[in-house]
Amino acid sequence: MTILHQVTLEIAGGETVAIVGQSGAGKSTLLALLAGLDEASEGEVWLDGVALSGLDEDGRAAQRAGRVGFVFQSFHLIPSLTAHENVMLPLELAGVADAVARADEVLEQVGLAPRRRHYPRQLSGGEKQRVAIARAFVTHPRILFADEPTGNLDTRTGARIMDLLFALNKALGTTLVLVTHDLALASRCDRIMNIEDGRLLPQGQPI
Amino acid sequence: MNWLASGFRTLRRDWRAGELNVLMLAVIVGISALSAVALFTSRIAVTVQQQAAEVLAADLVVSSSRPLSTEIIDLATEQKLLQARVTSFASAVFVGESSTLVAVKAVDEKYPLRGKLRVADRLFAPAYPTDQVPLPGQAWAEARLLARLGIDTGGRVRLGALELTVTRVADYIPDQGFQFVDLAPTLIINMQDLEASELVRPGSRISYNLLLAGSTASLARAREQIVDRESEFLTLRDLDNARPEIRDATRRARQFLGLAALVSAFLSAVAVAMAARRYAARHLDAVALMKCMGASQSLVLRQGLVQILALALVTGLAGSLVGYLVQEALAWWAHDLIQGVLPAPALSAWTIGPVAALILLTGFALPPLLELRRVSPMRVLRRDLPPPQISRFLVYGLAALSYLLAVFWLAGDLRMLLLVTGINLAAVLVLGLAGWALVLLVGRMRRGMGLAWRYGLANIARRGTESVVQIVGFGLGLMVMLLLTVTRDDLMSQWRATLPDDAPNHFFINIQPAEKSLFLETVTGYGLPVPELSPLVRARIVAINETPVADMEFDDKRGQRWLQRERNLTWAASLQEGNDVLSGSWWELQANSAGQVSVENEFASELGLKLGDKLGFDLSGERVDATVTSLRKVRWDSFRPNFFMVLSPGTVDDSLASYVTSAHLAADQRALLLDLARKLPGVTVFDMDAILGQIRGVMDKASLAVQYVFMFTVLAGVMVLVAAVQATRDERRYESAMLRTLGASRRTVLMGVVTEFAVLGLLSGLLGAAGASVASYLLATRVFELQGHWDGSLWLLGILGGTLLVGLSGLLATRSVISQPPVLTLRGDGV
Repeated sequence: MTILHQVTLEIAGGETVAIVGQSGAGKSTLLALLAGLDEASEGEVWLDGVALSGLDEDGRAAQRAGRVGFVFQSFHLIPSLTAHENVMLPLELAGVADAVARADEVLEQVGLAPRRRHYPRQLSGGEKQRVAIARAFVTHPRILFADEPTGNLDTRTGARIMDLLFALNKALGTTLVLVTHDLALASRCDRIMNIEDGRLLPQGQPI
Repeated sequence: MNWLASGFRTLRRDWRAGELNVLMLAVIVGISALSAVALFTSRIAVTVQQQAAEVLAADLVVSSSRPLSTEIIDLATEQKLLQARVTSFASAVFVGESSTLVAVKAVDEKYPLRGKLRVADRLFAPAYPTDQVPLPGQAWAEARLLARLGIDTGGRVRLGALELTVTRVADYIPDQGFQFVDLAPTLIINMQDLEASELVRPGSRISYNLLLAGSTASLARAREQIVDRESEFLTLRDLDNARPEIRDATRRARQFLGLAALVSAFLSAVAVAMAARRYAARHLDAVALMKCMGASQSLVLRQGLVQILALALVTGLAGSLVGYLVQEALAWWAHDLIQGVLPAPALSAWTIGPVAALILLTGFALPPLLELRRVSPMRVLRRDLPPPQISRFLVYGLAALSYLLAVFWLAGDLRMLLLVTGINLAAVLVLGLAGWALVLLVGRMRRGMGLAWRYGLANIARRGTESVVQIVGFGLGLMVMLLLTVTRDDLMSQWRATLPDDAPNHFFINIQPAEKSLFLETVTGYGLPVPELSPLVRARIVAINETPVADMEFDDKRGQRWLQRERNLTWAASLQEGNDVLSGSWWELQANSAGQVSVENEFASELGLKLGDKLGFDLSGERVDATVTSLRKVRWDSFRPNFFMVLSPGTVDDSLASYVTSAHLAADQRALLLDLARKLPGVTVFDMDAILGQIRGVMDKASLAVQYVFMFTVLAGVMVLVAAVQATRDERRYESAMLRTLGASRRTVLMGVVTEFAVLGLLSGLLGAAGASVASYLLATRVFELQGHWDGSLWLLGILGGTLLVGLSGLLATRSVISQPPVLTLRGDGV
């Protein structure tokens, strides 16, 4: 089954892009392809100057290491790790030496320093997502992929989380690819891509 | 070494978060059980061996009717073996004018090498163990000798040219049970007095014995070298050939213990496999996430390996430690029953813990961990993505390999290995199939029942495969517990029953044909049942299939030795009690049935004999031929006259034979011995009481050890239950939250869970009882060679116990899950 058809898309460094569309339109698939989580059956994907097509799963993973950050709708914190350890994980995987200090720093930035020793189950939804954002930014990634980051949060918490995300994004000059069906949220991005039935609608077309 | 560090880090964090509890506990219980069994068994085996060696007062005895050559003594010295010399012969002692026959035992100061002499200072005084032997000029006498001579200690006796003072009453002589005691009581004297007695002269019938003891390896070397020089005057006795009865008993004891250890190992493996599955399942998301962040497959793989190795090390050490402490406690607790301090376990027993932990984890926990590397990073976006399919080849291959390795290493007995493996495999297979059928059936039964029932039964049906896995897990646990509670006692008491209280304790040999009727008359006169007299001739095998044995080469040294000596031959019309024909057939009595021979199985294999072979015997110059028509298995511990070779009647002339028999003499029937000695002085009596005592000792110790070891196996069974309950805990947490959100009361959800587990328990109990019945029957008949029978209580206990145990443990394990407010769980789902 073909999910995406004839998608041509270029995202410049430092740009913030929102991918919007109905459920099942193919937003998440597109995100997965862009991040190299999945392989396209046809066509090419370039990430940060490297062609992902032709790389195996490990090759694509190596491209992501230290360069790509993720924020997910369902947070995806590891339940057996504390907030602090969850943030440290990407640094440890990248073999960074001062992981402890850097994780502390980012936790401070997202306002969760006092809860660093808490396990995910002891945190509220908003706090979990803040840990996830800290984890995404801790490696100073060049690109951040966010998949419905406010989907599991109430409106007010969601708004605060997005403020935090955009603030960090601006401070670090990260490229942001945001998948959402929330148009208000999408409008905060430089560019909105509209996807419908696996096809990218022409730019700027009203939704 | 990033992966090494990250492997340890993950492990440490999982440990702290409690993720490893069940897995580690399963391994530790298994390893504790194994190492406690191994260490304890090793210690018991060492005592049993040592105690059994008491029968010889040595590990190996070299006997000769001529003085032993210095060559043999040098050989023993070379191998650094302990040595003692005993020279024995029959003579008469005198006190004044009265005299009586005695068995003289001249010993050196090293005697005995195994066991201890027990002596008393006076007649009827309490006896105590001693390390000494009589000094020159002194003698120690059995109480009945003193009684017969009418003296006590301090009295003087004449032996040949010697004048000796009796200084002690000999209460217990370790190797007494081994000697052919003529009715004469024993007199122990110092070796240095032997020559002065002037009783050792050419032509006197004297037995020169060299007692040897030492390490197994040195003994084996010495034995081999002595065998090479063995002349017809030399005989060698060690535990194996001296007392097949004891060998049989110790072998069975080891089998019982080995079985318990094997079963604990198997149960632990099941628990470990289940726990590892859950551990891996809980790490699917974490691994997907790590891959998102750039972790490679090989990193995940190496992490898995590091985790397994580290776990094996920790659990192996912890398990060994617990096992050691437990068996120390057992040894202390059992010390009264074992009578004496247990020796240290053999060194090799220490390796079991760590090695077994490694095998257990590699075989049963590694596959799911290794498969984690194949988790797709896409899982972070699509939670519903199925986990990677574990390669069956990898799972079953590794598990089977490590299992076989471990079992073979532990059992060291191919028959046991095959049987236990067969039972286990069949159990898993049958339990799986039956479980599947029952799950389907239960799924259909839920219509028209209350909500809790419907929910519980629906759960079993819906979880299909999981339910079957749980039923197999529970079923195996229950099966083993049943096998060990109900069947163990049954097997043990049956084993003891093979040696009933009235087992024959005296052998009578050398009864001449003309004395048969007088012997029978005398024996029955004391209220004994009419004993069966077996004819006996001494014969040497001189030819096999017309080839003179002198020209034959044997691979088996023992085989060669068998042929150098005369053997006992008997003949019988019907198969003797305790004998079973393994191949060929026993003869029907007919005119032409003469000329056949039935050979004991092991003896046949040592000589390379098979059905149809023709044996030529030399009976004091007369040649007799017979064809092998059957191979027999002999229960050596039956305490009846047993023979390697039995001829068909008519092959040998009856008039050439003397007769042997055995009988049980109660304490008040021992006067028969004196009566016989008067009427039939030619008949020799062999007192077996000491050996019977040894064997009963072996049985007592073995059953004791089995009792304790069994507790571990039960623990391992409980571990399986816990692991099986834990396996679905996460899923249950979510479901019960959903149900409660939809308006189900806590009680309804709880009842649903109880129903589910109770029904699972019932089904497993049913299957477990079936499995235990079959297994106990097979074990009894095929391995332990006991009677098998069906036990109804097994079923009742299985079904009731299963329902209660599994229902209760399921309830306890999931209660906290259900008690949690649903909102927490549902929110927690987005962790």
